[in-house]
Amino acid sequence: MEHHIVLRVVAKSFIPVILLFALYVQFHGDYGPGGGFQAGVIFGSGIILYALIFGLQTTKKVLPQSIIHHMTGIGVLLYAGIGVLSLIRGGNFLDYSVLGATPAAGQHIGIMLIELGVGVTVAFVMVSLFYSFAGYRQKDLDDPAAEDDDEQDSIEKSDQQ
Amino acid sequence: MEALVDLALLALLTVLAIGIVRLRSLFGAAMLFGIYSLLCALIFVVLDAVDVAFTEAAVGAGISTILILSTLSITGARLEVKHSRPLIPFLITAAIGAALIYASLDMPLVGDPNAPANLHVAPEYIEGTRTEVQIPNVVTAVLASYRGYDTLGEVTVIFTAGVGVLCLLSRRRPRRKTTRRGS
Amino acid sequence: MTYIGLYNYWIVFLLMMTGLYVVIVSTNLIKKIIGLNIFQTSVFILYISIGKVAGGTAPILAEGYKIYSNPLPHVLILTAIVVGVATTALGLALIVRIHSEYGSVDEEKIYQNDPVD
Repeated sequence: MEHHIVLRVVAKSFIPVILLFALYVQFHGDYGPGGGFQAGVIFGSGIILYALIFGLQTTKKVLPQSIIHHMTGIGVLLYAGIGVLSLIRGGNFLDYSVLGATPAAGQHIGIMLIELGVGVTVAFVMVSLFYSFAGYRQKDLDDPAAEDDDEQDSIEKSDQQ
Repeated sequence: MEALVDLALLALLTVLAIGIVRLRSLFGAAMLFGIYSLLCALIFVVLDAVDVAFTEAAVGAGISTILILSTLSITGARLEVKHSRPLIPFLITAAIGAALIYASLDMPLVGDPNAPANLHVAPEYIEGTRTEVQIPNVVTAVLASYRGYDTLGEVTVIFTAGVGVLCLLSRRRPRRKTTRRGS
Repeated sequence: MTYIGLYNYWIVFLLMMTGLYVVIVSTNLIKKIIGLNIFQTSVFILYISIGKVAGGTAPILAEGYKIYSNPLPHVLILTAIVVGVATTALGLALIVRIHSEYGSVDEEKIYQNDPVD
């Protein structure tokens, strides 16, 4: 996509706004429409847009596969961890009333943290799905002992056909 | 006025669905599917489901469409090949549709405030959100607090799907350089 | 503001049957996944129509609004949408692997290439 100058310039101004909007939707899910799922998908879409315009190799330098794998697990652990924290503090599993000074404050804290867990998991799973589909090369499955050389991925290849 | 908007959007949706059935080009079907998801998001807004509209627009018109386009690019599929005469499936689906419409005659009208679906648990959730949870968005309160287990299951399903796709599609690591196939 | 009776439900059933028809009739695997998604989305419209309350507003508590639409179907459908995209992603990954093994995404060609029986 090197010759699409308009796309590159517009994407450079848009993608930070998209990521910021994802954070806004995440943390204002209590007060308006929004929440973890929507924020996660919007964040994932921002990263996917970056990968579509600037290439998968560049995106993998920004967000390497190891970070993606770890963050998806951390999201689920955060969610379940809040449940266990409620158990430790004397309530039932996922009972947020015991997390704060008053039950209402505890509910606020609990909801914000688990929505964060949901958002993190969904965002990085969407990016991981895109990495899997876009980085798929038939020859990797045919000859797994081949060397790791930096060729173009499948989407760039079909773009030039 | 709202009923008119709803009527028009649903009619557009049926036109799109019939278009997806008739199209042979797979790229065209994927694009129509993206438009279909966006129209569904509009219908959800008209029906007062703003959170659901948000999610459907982002997920359906965004992620699903790009995954289908990636699959089309990887497999190189272009046109659908029509093989058989579709008379019997058409009759079967028409019969099922007629049975469903006959069953729907007993349902309460759309928008009825005294429908059983709106009477039992929903007012408790709205009141409980006002007094116990004290956040304005009732859907987030129900999703995160009253039905927190279901959301935990859902996050696990998403995680499992990510892991499953990784297992299916990731490249295998190259083994020791000495073991090459066929040499 | 009154709704036109059961019109929503009938359109939903028409869409459901269209999706089911695409799943049954098409031999192309990717078209089947698209049909499945049409089916899923029409079921979402069914549930949200059940939860709509005439004269109500979106279920976000605010000053001056007394009647709210039923929030419970919204929660269920939120979960269902995300689970739907998970199954779509897995189905498409399976299609990619089927293509790499059998060389085609058309059912008839796959049955011809299948070495079993």
